[in-house]
Amino acid sequence: MSAKNPYANVVSLSEEDFSAARVLFRHDKLIANYAWDSGIAIGYFLAGLKAGQILGSYCAKCRKTVVPPRIVCEWCFRPMQRFVKLSDSGTVNTFSICYVTWDVRRISEPEIPAVIEIDGASEGNGILHKLGEIDPQEVHIGMRVQAVWKPPEERCGSITDILYFRKV
Amino acid sequence: MKYRKVAVVGAGMTQFVRRAKETPPELAFKAVRAALDSCDLTFADIDAVCLGTAPDSFDGIHMNGEYLSNGAAAFRKPYMRSYVGGGTGVFVPIQGWYHVASGLFDTVLVVAEEKMSSYYPHAQAAFLTIFDHTIERPLKPNLLWIFALEMNRYMTTYGISKADVARVSVLHKRNAADHPCALLGDPHITVEDVLQSETLAWPVQRLDVSPVSDGAVAIILAAEHVARRITDKPVWIEGVGWCLDTAYWTNRDLAYPRYVEVAAKMAYEMAGIKEPRKEIHIAEPYDPFDYKALHHLEGLQLAERGRAIELYLNGDAERTGNLPICPSGGLLGVGNPIAAAGLMKVAELFWQLRGEAGQRQVPGNPQRGIAQAWGDLMQVGTVIILGR
Amino acid sequence: MEKEVAIVGIGWEGFQPTTSHYSYKEMIYQAAQRAYHDANVDPRKDIQSFVSVAEDFIEGTSIFDEYTPDQLGAALKPMHTITGDGLHGIITAYLMIRSGLCQIAAVEAHSKASNVRTLPQITHYALDPILNRPLEYHPEFIAGLEMNRFLHESQLTSEECALIVQKNRRNALNNPSAPYGCDFHLDEIQQSEPISYPLLESHSSQTADGAIVIVLAHHSIAKSLPKEPIWVIGVGWCNDAYALEYREWGHLPYVTQAAMMAYRQAQIRNPASIIDFAEVDDLYAYRELMSLSALNLIPKTQLGEAIYGGKIYPEGDMPVNLSGGSLGMGNLLDANGCARLIEAVLQLRGEAGKRQLPSPHIGLVQSWRGIPTTSTAVLILANS
Repeated sequence: MSAKNPYANVVSLSEEDFSAARVLFRHDKLIANYAWDSGIAIGYFLAGLKAGQILGSYCAKCRKTVVPPRIVCEWCFRPMQRFVKLSDSGTVNTFSICYVTWDVRRISEPEIPAVIEIDGASEGNGILHKLGEIDPQEVHIGMRVQAVWKPPEERCGSITDILYFRKV
Repeated sequence: MKYRKVAVVGAGMTQFVRRAKETPPELAFKAVRAALDSCDLTFADIDAVCLGTAPDSFDGIHMNGEYLSNGAAAFRKPYMRSYVGGGTGVFVPIQGWYHVASGLFDTVLVVAEEKMSSYYPHAQAAFLTIFDHTIERPLKPNLLWIFALEMNRYMTTYGISKADVARVSVLHKRNAADHPCALLGDPHITVEDVLQSETLAWPVQRLDVSPVSDGAVAIILAAEHVARRITDKPVWIEGVGWCLDTAYWTNRDLAYPRYVEVAAKMAYEMAGIKEPRKEIHIAEPYDPFDYKALHHLEGLQLAERGRAIELYLNGDAERTGNLPICPSGGLLGVGNPIAAAGLMKVAELFWQLRGEAGQRQVPGNPQRGIAQAWGDLMQVGTVIILGR
Repeated sequence: MEKEVAIVGIGWEGFQPTTSHYSYKEMIYQAAQRAYHDANVDPRKDIQSFVSVAEDFIEGTSIFDEYTPDQLGAALKPMHTITGDGLHGIITAYLMIRSGLCQIAAVEAHSKASNVRTLPQITHYALDPILNRPLEYHPEFIAGLEMNRFLHESQLTSEECALIVQKNRRNALNNPSAPYGCDFHLDEIQQSEPISYPLLESHSSQTADGAIVIVLAHHSIAKSLPKEPIWVIGVGWCNDAYALEYREWGHLPYVTQAAMMAYRQAQIRNPASIIDFAEVDDLYAYRELMSLSALNLIPKTQLGEAIYGGKIYPEGDMPVNLSGGSLGMGNLLDANGCARLIEAVLQLRGEAGKRQLPSPHIGLVQSWRGIPTTSTAVLILANS
C-alpha cells in the first residue's frame, strides 16, 4: 500500500436522521418553466398527431425514412426535404414491464413501455410509446401492434394523442 | 508516440454512501485532499483543474460547476467542467489529458463529484427530464424503462438468461466487499438473491441495479518530466477515446453499443494496441446495471457479440482469472455517484497497476488496464487506457 | 508569436428576441451549415471532434449533451459538452488541436432564452443553497453590490455607465445581426427603472436567441482553406471565489489572471498599445468598464478619460464592442463569448461592413458567465 491512505471517510446519514430532525437541512424547490419552440419538423409531427397520423421524414441521399421527422439527416448531413405519412401500426422492437412510476412510486398494475418500429419507416426506426389492452405475459418482441387514438376532438397535437398501442 | 506523455501520479476518493452529511464542495474537497496527499503535492503545485459532475438536478444547483469550483481547489485557477452524462467520470481524465498534452500545463487536478441524495425524495425522478421534452416526456418515462428496453433487446437477441446476467452482479458485489469505500459490498451474495429481488421494470430487478450514492474522486495528472520528479511509479495514459451517437435512440440497434466500439478503437489506436484481448490485463467496464458490463465488454472488443457472459461463466472475470473485470467492485458494488463512479474506475486502475490495491490486488503484476463509462440516452462511450 | 491554431469558419443564426420558427436543433443546424460552408469543410468527413457549451437548467433538459450531435453532423463522432461560456468551448477545441487529438474541430453555442419562462428563478438556483438562497433576493442584487463598490473605488458614476449603454446600442445600429440597436439620449437611459441600486434596468442587457458555430483548425490545414485564418495566439481562463462572502467586489482579479495567462502566451507585454480593438463582457454596462481595467487595457483611474476622450468609441485608439456587445446584440447566455468572437473574426478578416476598422491586426475577446459566477475567458486573435 502507498504510505498514505487514499480513502477519505465521510459522515453517512440515514433517512431517520432527517425525519427525526437529528440533522439540520433546508428544503428548496426549483421554479423552472419552459415553452419549447417545436420548430419545423416536430411542429409537423405534432400537427400530424392531431390529425391522427404519424409523420416521418425521408432522406433522398441515404434513401431512408425516419421517425420522428427532422430537417437534416444526421448521417449524411443533407437536408431532409420531404415529410411522409407513415402507418399507425408497427412491430415491438423491445419492451419492459414496469412496476414503478417515473418518481419511484410502486404500482401494482404495471406499465408496458416499448420501442415500436413504425410501418412505413425504414427498418429499425421506432418511437417510444406504451402498450395497452394486453396481459403483460403475452407481450413479446416482434409482436404486431396498432395505435389506439384519442377521439379527434380530444387530440391536442401531443404524443399522448395516441393513448397506447394494442396487439393487432 | 506523437503525443506529449501524460501520467497519473496520485489518486484519492471518499467513501461512497447513500446520504453523506458533507455538502457537494466538501465531498469534492475531501477527495482532492486525499489525492494531493497521496503524492505529496499542495494546491500551489496545481496549474489547472478539470471537473466532472453529472446533471445539475441531482445536486439541486444551477451551474453546479461554479458551485463546486472552490471545493475542487479551482480558486484563481484555469478551471473547466466537462460533461457527457454518465460517461463524464471517464471523460474528465481525458479532459485532463488534453490539458496536459496541449503543452499549456504540467500538473492538472481532475475531480469528479456527485451528491444524488440532495434530490428529494428520490434522485430517479430527476431523470424524467433527460427525455425529449416534446415527444417523450408527456409519456412520463422512467429511467428504468430505457435500461429495461435495452436489456430485453440484448438478452433476446443473443438468448442470454437472467440467471447468467445475475452472475455479473454477484461477482462485482463480492469484489466490492474488499473495497474500503464500498456501499454495497457483499461477500456472500448469490445468483438466487439477485433473481429473487424485487422486479422494478422487467427484466430489471433491484439487485441488477447499482445504488444511488454520494461521493467524490480525484486524480492528479502530470507531464513526463514532472511525473518522474513526483513518483518512481508513474502510470501512463496510453490511449483515450470517446464517441457520441445520435440522440434518436429509438432509431438505433439497442443490442450493441457501437459508440463504445468507436471510442475503444480510437483509444486502442492511440495506445498501439492491436489485440485488446491479449494486451489488456484488467478491465473496468461501466456497470450501472449488470447487463451493461456485458454490453460494454463487447463494445470494447474484449468479447464477441453476445458472448461476454462466457468470461463470467468460465472464471476469466475473477481477480485471479485471465481478464479480471471490475476488481474494484464496480458501480454495482462500490456504488454509483455518477461522475465519481467513472473516475473511481480510473483510480482503481492506477492502484492496481502500482500494486497498491490491497485486498483487491490482481495478482501477476498487471501492466495495462482499460476503464470505460457510458451515458446519455444509451449513447456515449468514454474510454481510457492506462499502462505502467 | 505562436500561430498553431486558427479560426477558419464562422456561422450564426438568430440573434433575435424570439425565434419561434425554429427549434433549437434547427437553429443550430442553420448556423452549422453556414460555418461549414465558410470553412469549406464537410462535418461528416473532415471534422474530427465537436464541442458544445450548454447548461441543463437553461435548456430545461437534464443531461442536455444528449441532444447536441445530430444537428452538427457529429453523430457517432467524438463530441462533448463544456458547461461554460462559448469561449471555454473554443479553448477546449484549441487544447484538443494542440494536443494532437484532432486537426479540425467545431464548437457550438446557443441561446433559446425566449423559451425559458423563469430565468431569474433559475439564476437564483445558482446561489449557495444554504447561505444565500434563503434570503430570496432577485439574483441581480449581486450586480448591484458589484457596481456600487466599483463606482466607489473608481470614482465613476452612473452617468459613465449610461455612456457605455449609449455607445454600445449605437454601435449595434451598424450591425445587421444586432436586435437592440438604438440611438438613445442619455436622459432616456437614466430615466429607466432601478433593478438593484445603483443598477438601472437600461444598464442591463436583454436576452436574445441565437446559435453560433465556429470551426477551428491546425495550421497545417488552416492555410489550405479558403478564408484567411484568424490565429488564436493567446488563451486564458480563470475562476475566483464562488462564495459571495469572499469576493473582492471593486475589481475582477480573475479577469486579470486570465488576461495575464493569454498575454504571456501571445508574448504581449503592453496590451494597451498592441491590441487594436476589444470585444468584452458588457452584460451590465459597468462590467465593460471593470473588464477594461482588469484586462490592463485602460487603468482604473483613466476610465473616465477613455470615455470622454473617445478612446473606446469606433473612431478611438481602442474601440470596444463595435458589435454592440451584449447590450446591443442581446444577452445570448453561454453564447455571449462566441458572439464577441464573431465580431473579432469579421474585423480581422475585413468583413465587418459598416463597422470595419481600417486594417486591425490584433483583437481581444473576453467573456463572463454572468451572475452569480466568477468564471471568465480571454482570447487574443491575430490575422496574417
